[in-house]
Amino acid sequence: MAYSEKVIDHYQNPKNVGTLDKSKASVGTGLVGAPECGDVMRLQIEVDEATGLIKDAKFKTFGCGSAIASSSLATEWLKGKSIDEAITIDNMTIVEELNLPPVKIHCSVLAEDAIKAAINDYRQKNGMEALKFEESVVH
Amino acid sequence: MLNFPIYLDHNATTPCDPRVVDAMIPYFTNNFGNAASRNHPFGWQAEEAVDYAREQVAKLIGADPKEIIFTSGATEADNLALKGVFEMYASKGNHIITCNIEHKAVLDTCKHIEKEGGEVTYLKVKDNGLVDLAELEAAIKPNTILIALMYANNEIGTVMPMKEISAIAKKHGVLVFSDAVQAVGKIPVDVNKDGIDLMAFTAHKMYGPKGVGALYVRRKNPRVKVTAQLDGGGHERGMRSGTLNVPGIVGFGKACEICMNEMEEETARVSKLRDKLQTELLKVEESYLNGDKEHKLPHVTNISFKHVEGEGLLMGFNKNIALSSGSACTSASLEPSYVLKALGLGDDLAHSSLRFGLGRFTTEEQIDYTVEQVTNTVNKLREMSPLWEMYKEGIDLDTIEWAHH
Repeated sequence: MAYSEKVIDHYQNPKNVGTLDKSKASVGTGLVGAPECGDVMRLQIEVDEATGLIKDAKFKTFGCGSAIASSSLATEWLKGKSIDEAITIDNMTIVEELNLPPVKIHCSVLAEDAIKAAINDYRQKNGMEALKFEESVVH
Repeated sequence: MLNFPIYLDHNATTPCDPRVVDAMIPYFTNNFGNAASRNHPFGWQAEEAVDYAREQVAKLIGADPKEIIFTSGATEADNLALKGVFEMYASKGNHIITCNIEHKAVLDTCKHIEKEGGEVTYLKVKDNGLVDLAELEAAIKPNTILIALMYANNEIGTVMPMKEISAIAKKHGVLVFSDAVQAVGKIPVDVNKDGIDLMAFTAHKMYGPKGVGALYVRRKNPRVKVTAQLDGGGHERGMRSGTLNVPGIVGFGKACEICMNEMEEETARVSKLRDKLQTELLKVEESYLNGDKEHKLPHVTNISFKHVEGEGLLMGFNKNIALSSGSACTSASLEPSYVLKALGLGDDLAHSSLRFGLGRFTTEEQIDYTVEQVTNTVNKLREMSPLWEMYKEGIDLDTIEWAHH
């Protein structure tokens, strides 16, 4: 199976690899997936307290090229967005942007789950209730 | 100078040796006859070529030419051996013993036999990939007709103790079948010394063409028979009907002859390269060798690199190096290799494995390049692996509650 150029580009030059200080109240962390399934994503956002916008986003991913590309792309999209905007990022938009084949859709689902988990972590740290999301369809 | 891509997946298939292709070419054009045409020179020529190839093939495994049944490949030979024995020896019993790291051509055929009323015991291999001989012997019952164990494993390259296995079988009057696809042509295989009654092997794993293989069926001590699985013209002494693939068989014969003549020299050269590759890659932190260290094929190694995923790892260099992984991120099930799991590897290590299969045309320069590329990619991916970061922070990954899919 050949990868799309965009997947290859994200794999070779991943954007925003790294770690934010998860003890800070302004940082939300989402850790999703499982080693047994062959992919684990950790996605972090840092929210600017004054503007309410996501000022930084970082990821680390254990997984195939599509999983790495999905999380790299997600961090790019998150930066500069408000939490409300970030919630609307849909896995199918990632699939379209990266031209993921059907067997790799689960990678985009994982990235969407990671975004939601990071947002809820941030909300709970700041005295807000966790948002309830519909169970994502996992492949 | 390095030419890309480098091929290190010789367990999947091998290139045809140019000497094999040269031997085959006349049998596509001028000497195109049907080996079963008894009444004209075209047929005689083809028959003569097949007879000669049959001798070359038999010689490599220490058999008599009459004991070689040509097939379309090893999958067909596996099917013929298992189903053929199951049907032929139905009055004697219905129990077959095999193991859980066999090739799918054996495992799925055994599943089929179970549906037909057969009873199959799937021995669990030890964590080195070898069968426990005491367990094997204990599994033999009065209705056992066949022990089916692979000579060498396709993923980890471990070599089963065939002599010991067949000694146990003989003691209990049970036949031995071996899928020897990965072993024949690579290491000395002798059906008499090894005590094998039926054996499947194929040309394309030993620098011959695809689409031709053989089943060895013992004719003496004991005389073994299999029920044919294809009905037709009664070729191959009635055991495998179908017009013989003359060019393929000629190529198979030539491939066997070359393996026989060059095995010693080739093994010495390739195993040295394999050892270098293995030693260098095991220097990478948290890398693990899969399968037994000693009892293994000279050209194979299988290594897991903890906390990086196999398919992601391959992507780092698969434009330039052809390798395969025990990971199965592309399959719908996301299940990693059943062979690695059978060794007791956790899913994380099974997902992190690479299989290296060296071959006749592998060079030291290619190995050096591969070591460099794999090492660099492992390091790069670990920099972006959350598992590696946790491991480095001393977090026990087993204590984390993962959101399982």
